[in-house]
Amino acid sequence: MSLAEHVRAGTPTRRWVGLSTAALLWIALYAVNRPFWDWLVGDVIGLDLASRLGSGVHFFFFDTVKIALLLIGIIFGVTVLRSFMSVERTRALLGGRREGAGNVMAAGLGVVTPFCSCSAVPAFIGFVAAGVPVGVTMSFLIASPLVNEVAIALLFGLFGLGPTLMYVGAGLVIAVVAGFVLGKLKVERWIEPFVFETRLGGQLIDPSAGLTWDDRIQMGVEEVLTILRKIWPYLLVGIGLGAVIHGWAPEDFFTRYAGAGNPFAVLLAVLIGIPLYSNAAGVLPLVEALHDKGLPMGTLLAFMMAVVALSLPELILLRRVLKPQLIALFVGVVGAGIVAVGYLFNAVVGG
Amino acid sequence: MNIKILGPGCANCVNLERVTREAVTTLDLDAHIEKVTDYAAIVGYGVMRTPALVVDEQVVLSGRVPTAAQVRELLAPASV
Repeated sequence: MSLAEHVRAGTPTRRWVGLSTAALLWIALYAVNRPFWDWLVGDVIGLDLASRLGSGVHFFFFDTVKIALLLIGIIFGVTVLRSFMSVERTRALLGGRREGAGNVMAAGLGVVTPFCSCSAVPAFIGFVAAGVPVGVTMSFLIASPLVNEVAIALLFGLFGLGPTLMYVGAGLVIAVVAGFVLGKLKVERWIEPFVFETRLGGQLIDPSAGLTWDDRIQMGVEEVLTILRKIWPYLLVGIGLGAVIHGWAPEDFFTRYAGAGNPFAVLLAVLIGIPLYSNAAGVLPLVEALHDKGLPMGTLLAFMMAVVALSLPELILLRRVLKPQLIALFVGVVGAGIVAVGYLFNAVVGG
Repeated sequence: MNIKILGPGCANCVNLERVTREAVTTLDLDAHIEKVTDYAAIVGYGVMRTPALVVDEQVVLSGRVPTAAQVRELLAPASV
C-alpha cells in the first residue's frame, strides 16, 4: 500500500475546475500588478514615479508581487511535471552509461529530476555505488542546482526568452563539460573510500510510482509553499538591494568598474559570486537592477551562475564524500566554465 | 515496532521526526524511534532523497515530509 493510495480527495471535476480558477486568478493578478502599483504609489501616495524614492518604492512592490507570482506559477507547473520523474529512475537510466553520452544525459536529467541539493551526498553515494561513473554523477550534480525552475522562472519573467535560453544552454554545456573533464582526471582517488564500499541494500521504492493527479497537484502546492518559505528572505533582501540600486546608485557607478570596458569584470563577478550564499531568487532582482544600470548580460549571468552553482554550504556537505583536492578541482573546473561562458556571452551579445 | 528516521540532520529530517513522534503518540504505539544520520547507512537502505522513514527495516517513505495524518496512516496497519 503506497502513501498515494491513502491521500485522495475531491472529484475529477472539482479538481480541474479548481485548477482553472487558480490559473485565471493568477493571470488576472499578473495583469493588474503594474497598473495597481502605478495607481497606489503614484496617485494615492502621490510619489513622483520618476523620482528616486518613487521609482525605488514602486520597483520594490511591483517586483515583489511579479516575482512571487512567477515563482508560484512555474514551481507549481514544474513540480507537477517532475512528479513523473525520480532520482531512482534517473539512476537507473544512467547506470551503465559511458562517459560522453552519459554526461549529456546526466545534465539533461539533472534539469528534469526532482532534486534538492540537500540530498546531494546520499545521491552521490547512491549513484557511484550503483556504478554510475563519477564524471557522469558530477554532471548531474552540477546541472541540477544550476538549471533550476526558480532561475528559469525569474530569468524568463525579468529578461524574456532570449537570455533564459542562453542561460539554460550555457548551464547544460558547463555541466556536461565539467563532468566530462572531472571524469577524465581520474578523481576516484580523491573520493572517500567508504563511498565505494557502500553496499546498496534495501528495496528500491520509486516515489513517482502510483501517484494520482490529486497527489501531483498536492505535491505542486506543497513545493510552492516549501520553496517560498525557504527563499522569501533572500528574495526580499535581493529586491530591496535592487530597489536601492535602481533608485539611488549613480548611473555610471557600476559600468565604470564592471562594465564592458573592464576585461576582468567577468572573472571578478565569478570570484565574488562563489562565496556568496544565496539562490536564484535572491540574486536575480539584483541582476535585473544591475542590468538596468548598463552592466553586460554575460557578466551578470556569470555572477548568477557562480552564486547558484557553487555555494559554501553545499561544498561543506560534499566534503563528507569528497577529499579537499577534489572539492578544489570541482570549484576550479566549474568556475572556469562559468568564466568562459561569461566572456563568450559578452563577446556575442556585446552587452 | 522499530522506526528509523533517515537523514543527515537537515530541517526536513527534524520535521519528519516531529510528525512521526506525534503519530506514534496519537496511535499509542509501542515504538522505538531511532535517528540514522550516517550517509553510508542511509544509502544502504536504497534511499537517495532524504528524509526517509523506515518501519521495521522497510522504507515506507522517502524524499518528502509527510503530514502527521499521512504518517498515522502509514503506521496504522502495523498497530492492528
